[in-house]
Amino acid sequence: MAALFYISAAVAVIAAVSVILQRTPVYSALSLIVVLCALAVVYLLLGAEFIAMLQIIVYAGAIMVLFVLVIMLLNAGREQPAWRESRMARWLGVPLLAAFLLGVLLVVWRQFPRVPAPAPLDSGPAAIGHLLFRAYVLPFEVTSVLILVAILGAVVLAKKQL
Amino acid sequence: MVPLAHILALSAVLFVTGVAGFIVRRNVITIFMCIELMLNAVNLAFVGFSRYLPNLDGQLFVFFVIVVAAAEAAVGLAIIVALYRNRNSLTIDDIASMKM
Repeated sequence: MAALFYISAAVAVIAAVSVILQRTPVYSALSLIVVLCALAVVYLLLGAEFIAMLQIIVYAGAIMVLFVLVIMLLNAGREQPAWRESRMARWLGVPLLAAFLLGVLLVVWRQFPRVPAPAPLDSGPAAIGHLLFRAYVLPFEVTSVLILVAILGAVVLAKKQL
Repeated sequence: MVPLAHILALSAVLFVTGVAGFIVRRNVITIFMCIELMLNAVNLAFVGFSRYLPNLDGQLFVFFVIVVAAAEAAVGLAIIVALYRNRNSLTIDDIASMKM
């Protein structure tokens, strides 16, 4: 069981590095889909079945399809050659980010001792639904308004004459 | 079972990878995809904490993050399409100025 987590983690990291290193945007999108599916496997291992299915259906199945659609609509071919990239971002930003990552890993390693996980909660759709419609009903309704606003915004922005 | 530290380490690595891609890449759509990568790293941290506390609220937060990410992707991609129609370029160097 734990081996499956480490395999999925390795797949996710390799695919994430592939997202940022690929020259063609379509390959980046496909690599991001691999990341999403690897993370869905990790969610299943952590006992979050509803979230794992949500991730695959909504994130990998709708949002990434939208990305690929827009990439193909705008015909985003090969990216500009590397010499146009910012030198400061590459030679100063990335090493600083690596140092930041090491700092975060150090803190995480010290802060969270290796205690075994408690018994998993019931996290099927019924349990999530109980929480969603009682304690969190206000954020739920607000997000439905948010989706409505997003639809209106997307329709207005995509018009021929703004 | 996997220790919480390992889950958070994976989340941190994915997040920093997203930030690195965000600051280095020039294509607008690739930059947007790095934002989604960062959101997923945060989702993983939420689910990890939800498992180890244990508290189901973490998974609720992931639900809301996914919903907001969907809305943000729709509007952001509409903005990119409108921007491409105006500037005819997907490189952020060409889109950086607000002049027409």
